[in-house]
Amino acid sequence: MSARATIGNSASAGVFSEEQEELRRTVRTFLERTSPEAAVRRLMETDEGYDPAVWKQMGEQLGLQGIHVPEEYGGAGFGFVELCLVLEEMGATLLPAPFFASAVLAAETLLLSDDEDAKKELLPGIASGQTIATLAYANDTGRPDGAVEATSTPSGYTLTGTRHFVLDGALADLILVVACADAGPSVFAVEKGAAGLSAVPLSTMDLTRKQADLSFDGTPARLIGAEGAADGVLDRVLWMACVALVNESVGGARAVLAQATRYATERLQFGRPIGSFQAIKHRCADMLVAVEGSRSAAYHAAAMAQADDPSLPVVASMAKSYVGEAYFSVAAENIQVHGGIGFTWEHPAHLYFKRAKASQLLFGDPLHHRSVLAERFGL
Amino acid sequence: MSPEELTAAIDTLIRDHPPTTTDPHDFLGARFDAGLAWVWVDRSDGGSKAAPALQALVEQRLTAAGAPHPGAYNPIGIGMCGPTLLAHGTPEQRAKYLRPLFTGEEVWSQLFSEPSAGSDVAGLATRARRDGDEWILDGQKVWTSYAHLARRGLILARTDPDLPKHQGITAFVVDLHAPGVEVRPLRQMTGAAEFNEVFFDGVRVPDSDRVGDPGAGWRVGTTTLMNERVSLGGALAVRAEPGSDILDGYRVAASKGEGNPVRRDEAVRLWIEANVNHLTAIRAAAGGNRGKPGPEGSVLKLTTAEYNRRAAEFQVDLLGAAGALVPGYEVRQPTLPYGSSGIPATTTWFLRTRANTIEGGTSEILRNILGERVLGLPGDVRVDKGVAWKDVPR
Repeated sequence: MSARATIGNSASAGVFSEEQEELRRTVRTFLERTSPEAAVRRLMETDEGYDPAVWKQMGEQLGLQGIHVPEEYGGAGFGFVELCLVLEEMGATLLPAPFFASAVLAAETLLLSDDEDAKKELLPGIASGQTIATLAYANDTGRPDGAVEATSTPSGYTLTGTRHFVLDGALADLILVVACADAGPSVFAVEKGAAGLSAVPLSTMDLTRKQADLSFDGTPARLIGAEGAADGVLDRVLWMACVALVNESVGGARAVLAQATRYATERLQFGRPIGSFQAIKHRCADMLVAVEGSRSAAYHAAAMAQADDPSLPVVASMAKSYVGEAYFSVAAENIQVHGGIGFTWEHPAHLYFKRAKASQLLFGDPLHHRSVLAERFGL
Repeated sequence: MSPEELTAAIDTLIRDHPPTTTDPHDFLGARFDAGLAWVWVDRSDGGSKAAPALQALVEQRLTAAGAPHPGAYNPIGIGMCGPTLLAHGTPEQRAKYLRPLFTGEEVWSQLFSEPSAGSDVAGLATRARRDGDEWILDGQKVWTSYAHLARRGLILARTDPDLPKHQGITAFVVDLHAPGVEVRPLRQMTGAAEFNEVFFDGVRVPDSDRVGDPGAGWRVGTTTLMNERVSLGGALAVRAEPGSDILDGYRVAASKGEGNPVRRDEAVRLWIEANVNHLTAIRAAAGGNRGKPGPEGSVLKLTTAEYNRRAAEFQVDLLGAAGALVPGYEVRQPTLPYGSSGIPATTTWFLRTRANTIEGGTSEILRNILGERVLGLPGDVRVDKGVAWKDVPR
């Protein structure tokens, strides 16, 4: 295998237009108002895990759920870069909402399908926020594998089997399921309340993002695109998901760095702010390095995803590995800088720490992605 | 000058002075005269009053045309001294020094560090005493790259020992061929002598070669140091295919049966780091801060130096027992153009990278800079703060 290791046209990395910066400011202001820490804590203790009123405002006033959905399908018609920028701000506040499941996983799956009817029918609801959708693709190790069988009957398809770790799976109105039909893996749509569908909410480390196992038992489903067409679509959706998630992670990493810096400036020990001690100062500097590197990797990956650049799988794995480790390390360091208070339930440090670890495990952990890269490079 | 005008000027330069056949110094002179040296400055200083971000356009087009890179002929002059003169030099100094600096006809070096003032640069002891229209320099500098080839240097000297250390320093341009200057090679652990010690014994410097006001030398020096970090970090990070050497090294080792999953993972990890550094360098450059270096330089300098050490160690490990072999420890002094001698042997590179985290600001100093100037954390404890330089223990 000839494997030229290339990361695409790097000239486009991380330079945002004034319009994009304005979008960032708008989303940031909205989230600061609607998703303060108190709201995050209240919502994470609920079964639904989101605030329907805020969700409605996001859809109707800001059009965020459909930000990168083309206007012909009811979206705002921006690019994937803008979606990533919105996710970064959401990651900074830990917004509890089914945004990632619906606006990233489900919307991307439909957009990448060759099913014009399904796009016209299903995307507008997702884009407006009226439909909460998700994607069910994983087996019990989180890999895009495992058998859900699709059976063709005279009255349509039915699905049987179990999908694991489905983001917001217990909440979703519309579930896109990857299942095996006669011609191979295919994408199906299942509606909430369908016969034989049962959801088991999972008790997860990161309370701000809900997951569920979904079981199908002769559940009626609608085929999206052609039978056997899921492989290419799912591959690409998961690369896009990696890129989206690392951009969300940049926001979280940024936020914990700010927390650590503020605390190191205010907290006095031995008669001095602890940030004047190199033991703390140098930890904070290393956190900054990790955040800056994460920005470089995530912004570049977003640009390559938007450009449909052939380097996407390489830059997505690169970013998922680098940012996954970087976010986790800065979230962990933030606890250490805060000392005892950083280990308490009442401090937000653990919320970010848990989000960082859970995000690292989603869509393949750093070691997995380095292994994927090694294969690609023919090592 | 607009991007279109700049592009036209580049095309004219390339047409009138074919880059690959013209003498490099002549080509660089023509480039300077065309206003394509530092695009954001005045015409008289080798610029075009264009947006700083357009410098990248010039570099790309000229590199693609096979043009000589000025940094190869005068690394310290282009990377550090030139930008400092642009920021702090008088019109007369800029007119006299910038063009031969840019063409490499006059190689420059930087004379800041001293045996007892390394990371604490402002603690320097080299004296400059005023004598009419001249200053008299006495003292010793160290770690001066290319001093053996240099015609001129930018030097920091103590002009008022009664003031606190940062306030009593003045910057000068010094003629390294002047009487009383002695340059001695300093052999390093690689065996090579890239650096020098430079001794000043009653060296006379005209007051017209003073850069900035008397006592304002620290500000001048800071400009140089910030540019140094951009230069070091950027030079290390911007490559055509970052990390490809690491992958190639692993492939060779694996073909000899020396591959294993741990090394394979480390190879990819290093490849990722090389590329992330590369992207950070591009992001910093795209921010349009050329000519006004920001904190990205310090981030890059830190990450690339640490990366280089680990990458070199990895490559040596891949060689197995052969990794312990060196091409020899003969005393070598670098020549210009820089880089023409080829890539050093792996083991020599491995030894050389131990300097990367020391030269141009240690990783510890850079973390302090990031912590204090970027994150705004409180300063280190300074027991010499406000104390006259002559009263500080040393």
